[in-house]
Amino acid sequence: MNLASVFAGPFDAYWAQSILRSVGVIAAVLLPAGTFVYLFLFKMVSFMQNRLGPMEAGPYGSVQLLAEVGKSLQKEDIVPDRADRTLFKIAPYLVVGTVLLTYVVVPFGPDMVFIDSNVLGTGIFFVMAVSSISVIGIILAGWASASKFSLLGGLRAAGQLIAYELPLVLSVVGVVIQAGTLDLQKIVTAQATGEIFGWGALGNPYILTQGVALLIFMIAMQAELAQTPFDMPVAESELVTGYMTEYTGLRFLLFFIGEFASAGAFSAIAATLWLGGWYLPGLDLTADYMNVVGPLVLLGKTMIFGGIIFFVRFTYPRFREDQLQRFAWKVLIPLALVNIFATGVLKVVF
Amino acid sequence: MTAVTEPTEQDQLAYVAAKAADSRVNVELETDDGMTLNIGPQHPATHGTLRIVAKLDGEQVLWAEPIMGYMHRGYEKLVEVRTYPQVTTLINRIDWLGSFANEVPFILACEELMEIEAPPRAQYIRTVLHEMGRISHLIMGVGDMGVQIGALTPMFYAFRDREYLLNQIEAATGGRFHPNFDRIGGVKDDLPAGWIAETTRIMKTMTAFCDQMDDLLMGNEIFEQRTRGIGVIPPELAQLYGLSGANLRASGIDWDLRRDSDSPMAWKHADFKVITHTDGDSFARTWCRLQEIRESAKIVTQLLDDLPSGPIMAKVPRIIKVPAGEAYVATENPLGEMGYYVVSKGDLGPFRVKIRTASFSNVSIVPWILRGVYVPDIITILGSLYFILGDIDR
Repeated sequence: MNLASVFAGPFDAYWAQSILRSVGVIAAVLLPAGTFVYLFLFKMVSFMQNRLGPMEAGPYGSVQLLAEVGKSLQKEDIVPDRADRTLFKIAPYLVVGTVLLTYVVVPFGPDMVFIDSNVLGTGIFFVMAVSSISVIGIILAGWASASKFSLLGGLRAAGQLIAYELPLVLSVVGVVIQAGTLDLQKIVTAQATGEIFGWGALGNPYILTQGVALLIFMIAMQAELAQTPFDMPVAESELVTGYMTEYTGLRFLLFFIGEFASAGAFSAIAATLWLGGWYLPGLDLTADYMNVVGPLVLLGKTMIFGGIIFFVRFTYPRFREDQLQRFAWKVLIPLALVNIFATGVLKVVF
Repeated sequence: MTAVTEPTEQDQLAYVAAKAADSRVNVELETDDGMTLNIGPQHPATHGTLRIVAKLDGEQVLWAEPIMGYMHRGYEKLVEVRTYPQVTTLINRIDWLGSFANEVPFILACEELMEIEAPPRAQYIRTVLHEMGRISHLIMGVGDMGVQIGALTPMFYAFRDREYLLNQIEAATGGRFHPNFDRIGGVKDDLPAGWIAETTRIMKTMTAFCDQMDDLLMGNEIFEQRTRGIGVIPPELAQLYGLSGANLRASGIDWDLRRDSDSPMAWKHADFKVITHTDGDSFARTWCRLQEIRESAKIVTQLLDDLPSGPIMAKVPRIIKVPAGEAYVATENPLGEMGYYVVSKGDLGPFRVKIRTASFSNVSIVPWILRGVYVPDIITILGSLYFILGDIDR
């Protein structure tokens, strides 16, 4: 049976599209994640810390990432004696799966979408709903490891991710009110065609009008991704590596990919919501070439946010768990609510 | 089915005795009130093999206890089978970050027993190297405090600047970490050519490092939130537990052996400030260490400026026999008071050496200070107490 006969049946278009979409999602997840790791985790941080970073694997250490993946794949797959084997093994897949689902609704160009808006028109709502699934994976990992450090890490993660889900959602609400839609593609269009007091040369990227929301989103995102200064779940000097302590090999790699891929996913969503997504002023919004240029533009904007995430990560020390909760409930959430209120009022006034 | 034998009373007593003997080892099995967490012996935060058994209620510590001895190397016994000149090789591995400082009090104790005194130039060189050891030690302490709190970058800056210092120590002594340079009656060699100018220049780098850390670490709001008011040691308690060094001075007690003892070393010729702080919390301890680096850099610069000329060795017999007697000499080491009680019977080697190390006393306050804190604070408090495992266990 050759490949052509697979596509020769009545569902050929369906299969071809499905395979393309799957490959596309995986590429969309791995590409930014890999770039983040190499560009920021390996190189930018090394320069910040007065060292060179990986230099041996490939020119300028560029294939270090493949070496790391190869190393992880070779490692023995260890499950602790008293661990709950099934849950222990499922957990990392749950975390990575969440990230894959997050990417599904991100638009990359006028036609470069995984799911059409008339199939799933509530894009950003879907993202917020799906991204909380990873918490379950993390709690499972922490509980099933049968290790006290993992348990503490898992519980910290649960408390933190739930507390910061709220400011994350509330900050997005401001953008949604201003755009008048939940669909990410339409939010991009709204920013591209928008005007600031009648001046439309730049469009209206919401970073200008929803700056407070972006700030809240960035802080909450940092906490959702468990990056310093909110990295208590994996606090390596306290809890070894938190919920990941007992994982090795492929499963640890999956957690690692999940961490950086979700950094990529959240950056892409921030870029879509606040920086105009795949559109750049001066380009044609509906032209065919935007399907090629669009993903690159989005990747570039994603890198801006990724750079900020990792710059903060390697600049600040870590909060304590109770300080983090206080910050979420007493500062971020009230601020987000005020932002929503102000946006609503101004929306009605103008 | 096998017959179940009734345990005799003797069995039960033996069982209880065994339980009591290693109750601290088995304590993790008791889970009736709260969860017992074993932090260490292998744990990234304990810089070595200190083990902390903590009983937790949620994230709060009900009680905690340090368990030492995982790195006991028996130095006090080992020095008894060595001759006096051989001892320094061994003892500079006690507190491995401030090695040269470990040699000094032992040599001073031997010199006291032999009633010789090193010539002034040797004393100056000793003091300079002692202070350079202190700087390279405390730099790591400040950087490490950053790591414990989650900021990795200060550690790399500390490594960067310590490298200049270690190069200088290597240039003068031949060893980066274990100089083995101090001799009874003087030091091994004179300083190499150009060393003084280079070292003076590097002391400016050290001051720059302090400025940088003042901005980067001490001025960071999160760092302050994590350390201010955490792990407060009242001054009376600090004295009761026998703390020394920056841990004591951070509680407001102005006591420094460099100034307060009549040591033959050259500290009395230098003009420096003893850094104290009134708060006694983790922040104060880290702050004191950072400021001590500045003062040490000052001392080194001053002493090198007016380094006397002359011999570097006193007249010492070729085969060293220390006359019978006892002597205790302590100096202010990077971690605090370090002293050697040397008992000699007039042989080639010491009869008995008791080593008083600073870290051992400093961690003894851990059960008191950790009561009621949160798990992340365990790490910051331990980081701010700043101990070296080799210094605890010897």
